[in-house]
Formats: sequence, C-alpha cells, structure tokens
Amino acid sequence: MYNFEMTRPSTIADAVKALKEEDAQALGGGQTLIPTLKQRLAMPSILVSLTAIGEMQGVCMSDAGEVCVGGATTHATVAREATAYPGLAAMAARIGDPAVRNRGTIGGSLANNDPSACYPAAALASGASIITNSREIAADDYFQGMFTTALEEGEVVTEVRFPVPEKSHYEKFVQPASRFALVGVMVAKYADGVRVAVTGASESGVFRWTEAEAALSANFTADALGDLSLDGDGMIADLHGSGAYRAHLVKVMTGRALKAAI
Amino acid sequence: MPKDNTQTDGGIGASTLRREDIRFLTGEGMYTDDIQLQGQTHAVFARSDVANGVIKSIDTSVAAAMPGVLAVFTGADFAEVGGNPAGWLINSRDGEPMKEPKRPVLAHGKVRHVGDAYAAVIAETRAQAMDAVAAIEADIQELPAVINMADAVKGGSLVHDEIETNVCFDWGWIEDNRAATDAAIKAAPHVTTLELVNNRLVPNAMEPRASTADYNKGTGEYTLYTTSQNPHLTRLLISAFVLGIPENKLRVIAPDVGGGFGSKIYHYGEEALVLAASKKLKRPVRWTASRSESFLTDAHGRDHVTKIELACEKDGTFIAFRTETMANVGAYLSNFSTVTPTFLHGTLMAGNYTVPNVYVNVKAVFTNTAPVDAYRGAGRPEATYSIERVIDMTARELGMDPVELRRMNFVKPDQYPYASAAGLEYDSGNYDRQMDKLEAMIDRDGFEARRIESAKNGKLRGLGLNAYIEACGIAPSNLVGILGARVGLYDAATVRVNATGSLAVMVGAHSHGQGHETAFPQIVADMLGIDPESIEIVHGDTAKIPFGMGTYGSRSLAVCGSAMVRATEKIIVKAKKIAAHMLEASDADIELVDGQFTVAGTDKSVSFGEVALKAYIPHQYPIEDIEPGLEETAFYDPANFTYPSGAYACEVEVDPETGKVTIEKFAAADDFGNIINPMIVTGQVHGGIGQGIGQALIEQTSYDSDGQLLSASYMDYAMPRADDMPFYQVNHDDGTPCTHNPLGVKGCGEAGAIGSPPTVVNAVIDALQRGGKNITHIDMPLTPSRVWDAMNAKGV
Repeated sequence: MYNFEMTRPSTIADAVKALKEEDAQALGGGQTLIPTLKQRLAMPSILVSLTAIGEMQGVCMSDAGEVCVGGATTHATVAREATAYPGLAAMAARIGDPAVRNRGTIGGSLANNDPSACYPAAALASGASIITNSREIAADDYFQGMFTTALEEGEVVTEVRFPVPEKSHYEKFVQPASRFALVGVMVAKYADGVRVAVTGASESGVFRWTEAEAALSANFTADALGDLSLDGDGMIADLHGSGAYRAHLVKVMTGRALKAAI
Repeated sequence: MPKDNTQTDGGIGASTLRREDIRFLTGEGMYTDDIQLQGQTHAVFARSDVANGVIKSIDTSVAAAMPGVLAVFTGADFAEVGGNPAGWLINSRDGEPMKEPKRPVLAHGKVRHVGDAYAAVIAETRAQAMDAVAAIEADIQELPAVINMADAVKGGSLVHDEIETNVCFDWGWIEDNRAATDAAIKAAPHVTTLELVNNRLVPNAMEPRASTADYNKGTGEYTLYTTSQNPHLTRLLISAFVLGIPENKLRVIAPDVGGGFGSKIYHYGEEALVLAASKKLKRPVRWTASRSESFLTDAHGRDHVTKIELACEKDGTFIAFRTETMANVGAYLSNFSTVTPTFLHGTLMAGNYTVPNVYVNVKAVFTNTAPVDAYRGAGRPEATYSIERVIDMTARELGMDPVELRRMNFVKPDQYPYASAAGLEYDSGNYDRQMDKLEAMIDRDGFEARRIESAKNGKLRGLGLNAYIEACGIAPSNLVGILGARVGLYDAATVRVNATGSLAVMVGAHSHGQGHETAFPQIVADMLGIDPESIEIVHGDTAKIPFGMGTYGSRSLAVCGSAMVRATEKIIVKAKKIAAHMLEASDADIELVDGQFTVAGTDKSVSFGEVALKAYIPHQYPIEDIEPGLEETAFYDPANFTYPSGAYACEVEVDPETGKVTIEKFAAADDFGNIINPMIVTGQVHGGIGQGIGQALIEQTSYDSDGQLLSASYMDYAMPRADDMPFYQVNHDDGTPCTHNPLGVKGCGEAGAIGSPPTVVNAVIDALQRGGKNITHIDMPLTPSRVWDAMNAKGV
C-alpha cells in the first residue's frame, strides 16, 4: 500500500467535490479496491469513502413501484430488505461470503463492473436505472465491457432503481477458487418481455442473451430454450474453463434459472 | 506400557481437549510475526519477475540513498558463503552421484524462477523497504524458461548451466530387480498401463513464513525466531553449511507455528539473510512473507508425471508393478527434495500387496519453477495414487470387483513381518479387517439404491474404495545413512521433574497443529500415574530442548514419543531407588502404582511428589549411591519405519451438465496402531482427507510456458472449504500395534492426504463409467471443467 489521504463526507455533494482532487478515488465497501491498494496496484492521492452518506443508504420503493437501492447499500442489506424483489434479494444473499456481503456495496460493484461480478447481471436483466450525482443511465447503456462503464471521472452511483419483474431468478456456477461467477445468469420476466443477462462468461463483460430472451418472451417454459446455444468464441478462457465450457454453462445456468423462476 | 484405548483418566487413550487451543482460539498464540523487538528493522526482498534470466547488473545506489534505508544486499554479498544443501544424496542408476548445483542465499549471476530473490533492502519501516526495493535497478536478461519436464529432460535451455543437464538424477529402485521385473511384465497374461500426473500443490500454511534475527553485539550470539518444523535442523544447516555461525552462538526459536505441512521443514535463504543483516546492522531484522511470496517461494509439493504398469495373471494375481516417474524438483534442490520422490516413494511401490516384482525409475528434473519438496505425505501419496489408480483400472479391464482384486493380493495377517518387493519390512497390519470395516461404514450394499436415486435427479453416482500403506517415523539412522541421508533420524526428549513434582518435558519434535502439548503429557502421566495437567511440554527452542530432528513424516509420536518413554523409564528407575531409600526397602521391591511408590506386599508407600522433593532437597539422602535431582534424557533411534495403513471409500455425484463433482459420503478405516488421544487422531485424519480432497478436486498449480505462476493467489488457487467437505466417517479402532516401538504407535498425520486422492478419483471414474462414459482416467484436479471436457471429448 502507498500512503494516501482519506475523507469520509456525509453528503453526495461533498463527496463529488472531494473526488475532484487529482488522483482521488471513491471507496465503497473496498472489496476490490483495498486488495488492489495492498498489492500496490493503485496509488490514489485521497480515498473518498462513501459509507457515511445517509442519502446513499438503504432500500425503498419508488412511486413507480421500483425497488430503489442506495449506492452505498451493502449486499447484506439488499438480501435482507429487498423483499419486494425476491430474485434480487436472493442474488445479493449469494455474493461472496458474509464478510464480503457486509462490506461490499451495490455502487462499488456496478462502478467496478468486474466481468465475474453478480450485480451487473441483476441490473442488466432488470433493465435497472443507474442514478448518479448528475444523471440517470439505463443499464443497457451503462455496461461497456470488462471493468468499463458509462461513468465519467468522479461520477458517483448514488442509487439503482430496479423495476420489479413478475418472475425472476439468478443462477450462478462458481469458480472454485474465487467463488466469483464462472457463469451467472439472471432471468427476469416482465409484462413486456423476458430479459436474460449473463455474467462471468464473456470477454466483453456482462451481456444480454437476446436469442434466449426472444425464445422465453414467446414461451416462458422450462423447455423453451430448445436447441439454442452460444458460441465459445469471445468467451473467457482460463485455467478454470474454456470458452466452449463457459458457453455451455450459460445455457445450463439459464435453464436452471428459468426452472427456478417458473 | 498400558495400551487400553478406552481410558478416561487423561492418560493414554483419553480424548483430552487440546490445551493449546485455548491460546490459539483466543488470539493469544505467539507467532514469529508477533515478536516485536526493540530497535527492529524490516527486510523486503527484490524478487525476479522472470523465470530464467542472467543478472547483468544490479544498481542499488538509488535504493540505498532512500529515506530509512539501512542496508541493501545482493547475491554478491553472499558469494563466499555456503549453499543451502540437499539433505540426502541420491545416486543415479549408473552409480554417478546426483547433480547438486549451489542454492545461494540470494540469486547471484542468474535468477531461476519467478520469485527468486536477488536482493534485499533493510529499512526502518516495511513501507520504506518496499519503496527502496522498487528503486533497485536490476538489468536481467530474460532467457527461455524451462517449465515442462518433458522439455527439460531433452536439454536445450538449462536451469543450471554448470551441471550441463536438467536431470538431477536418474534413480532405479531396486536396480537389481529391473531385469526380472521387465521379464515378468513381458511374459504376463495381462498388463494395465496408466499414465498420470500427480498435480503440484502449494502448501498454503495459514501462517506465512517469517523470520526475525537478533544479533547481540555484547555476546556475539544470534537468535533467530523462525517458522520452522525443526529448529535444530535449521540451526545445523545454517551453522555447518551456509553461514558458518558456530552452533553455540546461534539459538533458533520456532515459537507457535501456524501450520507447516512440510513447507517449514526446510531452511530458506531469507533466514540467512536476516541473520547476516542483523549482524551487520547490530539491530534486529524481521521479515514476514506476503501471501504472494508464500505462493511463489514456499517449497511446493508433488508434481510427478508417471507411467505405471501393473502385470497380473488372468485371475488377478499380481505379478509386477513397474513405474517410470519424472519428479519436478523446481529450480533448486530444497533440503528433502531428493529423498521425497525416491526413498519415500519408490519403497512404497508394492503397496499393501504380495507382488513379487517391483521396479521404479525416477528422474528428478530441474525446471524454472519454485522448488518442490515434501508436502503432507511426501512421496507416499504419489506412490499410493499410482498404485490404487492402476489397480482400479486393472479390475475394470479384468471385469473384477476392485475390492476383491485388492483382497486377493493383500499381505495377510499371518505373513508379518513381510518383506515387500520394494525393499521394506512391514511389521504389522490387517488390511482385510480394515476393508471389512470400510465396506460396512460406507454401506456398500446400499450403493445401488443410492445410485438409482441420484440418477432420478440427473446425477451420476460412483463409489471408490481403495487401500493405502505408508512408511512413517522416518528412521533408523543406520539404514537411512546407507541410503544416502546426511542426517540421523532419531529423536530426543528430556524429562525434568521439578522439586514440587510437576514436570517439564523438553522434546525434539515441534508442534504446529499436531497437539503435542496435549497428547505427549498423556503418555508421561500414564507411566507415572500422575495428573497430565502437571506436565508441560517444551519445544521449539534450541536453547531449551535436546537435539531432535523435528516434526515431519508422521514421526513425532513414534520417534520422539518413544524417546519420551525411554526418558520416563529412566526417571522411574531412579525414583524407585530414592523411594526405596525413603521406605528402607530394596529398590527391586518398589512398585509404582497410580503415582505411589509402594513396597510390594505392604502398605508402606511414598508419593511421586515426595520422591521428587527428596531428589531436590536431598537431606538424609544416600548421596554416595544416587545423584540428587530427577532429570533424564533419552535419544531414540527406531529399528524400522512404522507402517500405518488403511482403507478409504468415497461416494460422489457428478453433475453431467456441469462436470461438478460433489462428495456425498467419505469413510476412512485407518490402522495407526495404538492411539494416545483418539480425538486428536480423528482431527488429523479429517485435515488430511481435506487436503487430499483438495488435491483431487480443486487445487491446481499452474505455470504458463514463460514460468509465470497463474494460480498465484486465492483468486485462482482453490483451497478446500468447509462446504467442499462431506461429513467424514472415521474409524481407527482395533489397530495392529507397531511391533518395534515402546508405544506400539504408527503415526497418523499424513494418512488422510495419502489415502484419499485415489479414492476420490476412483469414485469419479466409477460414476462416469456407470453413466455410460468410456473414460478411464482424468488427471487431478478433477475440476468441473476438466470433468466436463473429458465427458465431451470425441469418442467418449
């Protein structure tokens, strides 16, 4: 770890202001950033902790019936309180381990956009709105590849709004070491169609499996996936599995998510 | 010796709770990194990020001038001191001695693996030392790395230029049996051949390696606090081979040590560096490995590539085992790296079986990877895996039941002592009895019903059952000396009775998870008839303990425990003389029962405590016949190895959609001879099986072709966790006692890691076969992707 300053503002405005300093870095739950700092792979001048900002905490319902999660809300809180969206709560309940769930935050996860993280799949499958200090970004526009998002420098995820699906489920096959998703699939059925989002698999990060969405929108039954399959090209290949294996797992996990959702 | 395994008075056979756990579980342990010394400084190492390279130059001038920096060392500073030696000389088949390239304190001239340290900075703070390491300018010309053993033996790029080969030795065991074994296999009606990999493992002790040196300029004495399984051996290596510090001026203390699994047996260069730095600076110098350093530089385990053949008659009677193995020793010879793939492996290649012909050929191969050495089981897991996998394959080829095939070839109880074709003399065992127990424990008869139930859920269920034997309590010195050991393999204990009747027992063994502090007092207490709570075990400090060889190879109880028995016997002899004087009787008439010395046939007695007091306050004492005091030392050098054995069963489910293996049942029937503390033994078996399951299913050490360790953190190296483990059924009752040590004990520390990998793999292959897949072998670890790849390969 290199030396850095630390500040813990209590309002979004103060946080945004603090992040304007050169080499300032926002700190959510620190589940990725702290190990990165310990490895001396980052050298921020100042860490701006977002955990003391009351307006970024907690779960509530909007007038439009969306589940709204404050950007600094921990996974454990979402697991416990997002009861109006059981698929989301169940997904949060299986992120990492208890220590991770009680420190890690939704905003941190979405801002980092790890290609194996669970939250991006949930946000994308839900067609969630990512609210920042300056604007609202649709999930379809937000995720732009591994560790890449639409966020500008110094922009903070303050809230995430999830439209609540009729039915949903997140199914994850874990990588044996990290227990991140080797492949994770969120299936969410809305009145206007089904969305299927996949994490862990693609070299381009979280993505929507549009062929499956079309098939399931037409026929939301366990055997609706039929002969659909994905190509292993463009899938992550590493010591935990080939691209072909991951492509295969996407189908298996989608099928299982579907069964559980039905 | 009493051998009642049902005692509950705290003596032998009692499942006494581990007294050391109180301090471990309440954060009161004192580990090397917990020791804070006045004026201490911090060492940080500069480590190579290439696997093979020539050090053209190292410019330390910028680093040396940085804030807080006190000294910078490079390999040149240690060019004149000795290398870290291999503890065992192996001769090749042609009689030539093995190649022994120097292993320097810091790399000099060349770096040979990623993580190889070529410089070190000592600074006032660790952060300052890290900053200065980053400022060292090393010009290292990268060379092609030698990673794969098959490539390495062909030559080409060399790990050590001066030896002109990457082959350390080409060993045959028993070379005189080679021709007969070849002929037997050629003539055999059935031969099964299996090529397999015994996967490389990273030890992953919970506590990383750490060393703190404290040089006292007033006395010229050095104290080294270090994470060691054998402080005397570490001191000997540093004194006699590396730095030349006189043994009497070097005190090595291994305080609480958080797991070793073999990786902390060895002397490492960091220990020498902090000692030399402390002398130079006249201040304490400390170093604690980061987890990344542990991954890159702790001696790894296993890493064999093997071809094994089993020849048999048509009815399944074994005729011969023939094995060709390449054993990776990594970039340098670690202290036990040459004995592990040879004598700790080849001598076990007859397994539990009455096979007349055994021949083993082992080539040890240098590669640009971390050194490989003994890791929990050390050679014996490799032997067991090869044997028990090829037997399962043979059974399948012959259409025989794998258990029946084993049973018909088992050494039988009336054949002991049994001279195995691989050169060992097994003293006791009863393999059929263990297999009987095992089949009942795993409910083999109920398997088919469970398999059908799994199939209803879309899962493939399989069952693996196999035997194992190992050789523990490594010894005797005379024999191992003939075989090339450069050390003796006895152990030692001093029993000191205090004036008030309590005891301190100083032992050569070191406890770093084994529970010696609880189990050892049970033995002495049982012999003396006193409360175990009045006995303290002292270990880990060369200034306090007699010269013992430390803890590895499941030897502590069999060897050091026996030394403790011998020392306690001497105490009893002397105490009886004192008691006889006090009771005005002949010492031949004195009996020791329940802590009371009694004149036989009378009610005259004195307590153990009264005798102790008399020894230290020798008023009215026969000083011309008996010395005051009550303290005795014994060194014990066993007559043979001990031979724990057992039978293990595993039942798995394979998810054919994902390739994921889950362990549904696991049973272990072990023969450890007599048992001192059954609870601790059960814990050792649980832990060993956990490591075996880890090896079989998830632990994957992967270097890329450039020698970068891909699995260099817990993000990619999978350690078994509680939810990867089944509920074990473990039984170690009814053991056959070891015939040659006074306790009748055999050792239990490694068994679980030895017996379980083949069991898991056999079960998975069984599941796939029953599921209609023509798969005869998958190399460990059987990760989901590997199993799925195998199931979806062409022609399966």
